[in-house]
Amino acid sequence: MAKLMQLKQDKRTQMVWFVALGVLILILPFLAGMLGQAWVRILNVTLLYVMLALGLNVVVGVAGLLDLGYVAFYAVGAYTWSLLASAHFNLHYPFWVLLPLGACLAALAGLMLGAPVLKLRGDYLAIVTLGFGEIVRILMNNFDKVGLPWSDETYNITNGPRGITGIDGLNLFGLDLRKGLDVSGFNVSGFNVSGLQLYYFVFLAFAILSVIGVYRLQHSRLGRAWQALREDEIAAKAMGINTRNIKLAAFGFGALTGGLAGGLFASMQGFVSPESFGLLESIMILAMVVLGGMGHIPGVILGAVLLSAMPEVIRYAADENVQQKIFGVVLIAPEVLRNLIFSLALILIMLFKPQGLWPSPEKK
Amino acid sequence: MSIDVLLQQIVNGLVVGSVYALVALGYTMVYGILQLINFAHGEIVMIGGPTSVFATKWLLSMGRPSLLALLIAILVAMVVCAVVGVAIERVAYRPLRNAPRLAPLITAIGVSILLQQLAILVFGRNYFTFPELISRDPITIGVVTVTMNEIVILLASVALMAALLWLVHNTKIGTAMRATAENQKVAGLMGIDVNKIIAITFAIGSGLGAIAGVMVASNYGQAHYYMGFMLGLKAFTAAVMGGIGNLWGAMVGGLILGLVENVGLIFVRGDYKDIFAFVVLVLVLIFRPQGLIGERVAERA
Repeated sequence: MAKLMQLKQDKRTQMVWFVALGVLILILPFLAGMLGQAWVRILNVTLLYVMLALGLNVVVGVAGLLDLGYVAFYAVGAYTWSLLASAHFNLHYPFWVLLPLGACLAALAGLMLGAPVLKLRGDYLAIVTLGFGEIVRILMNNFDKVGLPWSDETYNITNGPRGITGIDGLNLFGLDLRKGLDVSGFNVSGFNVSGLQLYYFVFLAFAILSVIGVYRLQHSRLGRAWQALREDEIAAKAMGINTRNIKLAAFGFGALTGGLAGGLFASMQGFVSPESFGLLESIMILAMVVLGGMGHIPGVILGAVLLSAMPEVIRYAADENVQQKIFGVVLIAPEVLRNLIFSLALILIMLFKPQGLWPSPEKK
Repeated sequence: MSIDVLLQQIVNGLVVGSVYALVALGYTMVYGILQLINFAHGEIVMIGGPTSVFATKWLLSMGRPSLLALLIAILVAMVVCAVVGVAIERVAYRPLRNAPRLAPLITAIGVSILLQQLAILVFGRNYFTFPELISRDPITIGVVTVTMNEIVILLASVALMAALLWLVHNTKIGTAMRATAENQKVAGLMGIDVNKIIAITFAIGSGLGAIAGVMVASNYGQAHYYMGFMLGLKAFTAAVMGGIGNLWGAMVGGLILGLVENVGLIFVRGDYKDIFAFVVLVLVLIFRPQGLIGERVAERA
């Protein structure tokens, strides 16, 4: 009886925490807004990273396929949006065309990458995906002068390293998200919802959608097949699992999420360039998945939040003024100090928590 | 395309490829024993560059003859890199030997960023000019143009690779290394100090990397804190292309990658050079998933 009471109590406290967390998430952009819009932007980017980490988690954490070029799919999504909704080609398609299109193109790229590399074992797969990511980045860098073999004319497709500017924002049924929302008409004087704060809620919706999608997928027949593949490919095959198809499905689904996040990124940023899609970015997303706890959704979210917020917080803490106050002089350039602390944190967390910060309970 | 251009590019490719091969050996030796992608290896190679620059400049300012200065600088770079490599293994990889496979990969990435930042702190962000100790003046032999520097690089790499092969196949330490790569537990039962052998492997790999770093610095006349990144990536690609874990694979992979890149320059614009390398890698792996020379490793059952 006492145990039952205890359980009830636990349930209740859990509920309270859950509601508190929900409320916090909802008011977070306004709290951050008081500190400055830059912090809201950090929140938004964090949400994008949550989506990316969840997508990569399907490939690496659930299906056990090491992918070091994941950011390529993010790039495909971002460039789809940028090329078809900007002044570059003077095309302005709406979001309900572009987001699905970007996601599908990314998924297609995922399948194209997946198809030839199916036979490869872990680390070989890693280097091929890494190569794929680099290929995509180099193509974006050089597709500002695409020539045809039979003519001297060149075409500017991606505008090269200069990137694409003047990208349309997300226009939600007549409401341009970048402009923000003026709610002073509702007698809430002096209270405005900024564009970035609006984006926060859109991104939040997509992030929650990804959580639900990944959760459902992980616990579906396909998800169990992925886990079998991760634990032992030969045994999975012997059990009648079509490893080729489910590997492709993992790549495709991971890429889909990445492409979606890419489109959202372009719509918020208004500017994309190949620089945002380098190898370090792929590695960072991988680090989020591994650091948080592979294959465990709450862990992956924690990893994404931690790794995308940490550099910003350190940037704030490692500021020149702070050093000036403590030591009297600026000992280390803030940028260097930030990366130093970040890399040390990465190493130490992994050394003390090799399973990740919040590993899935069933896996020992 | 004239045959002269082709010959010239083949020579260039061999020079670049032999540097790739030296770096790739470091990746492949560690992988062979620990099944770990040592992401920090490129950074170890980088450390060899600036270290040798500072060492040579100091020695030259002491009035030492230039060749002696170069040799001592190489030794200093090798020792520094070997110490760094062994320290990384001890601190970042050894505690994780029985951890999930991706954990050491993440620490390796962390170490890689850490080394880059430390290099900025110690050496600064600048490009350092490497003194011209071996002539970089072009010499024309037949239809191709080379520099003395390139010839030395080529010969030194061949000598180093031969020495490594001899070490691995004909000495007691080499036998112990191969035994450890085969099966750590059994090697331990046979009286081999596995930890020591792994440390030695890291030291040798890092030492070779240091020489590669000095070669790059002396060939291009400069060294900087970021030079390890692309070099490491290419060398790793070469190691995988040849069949990772296999010494011959790393050498052949490095040379082929160097050749492919430079011969490819005849056909495609320089901007696409890196794509060329990766496309060849993908093609090789599609038709030979185990790499060019790698043996088919049985999947764990």
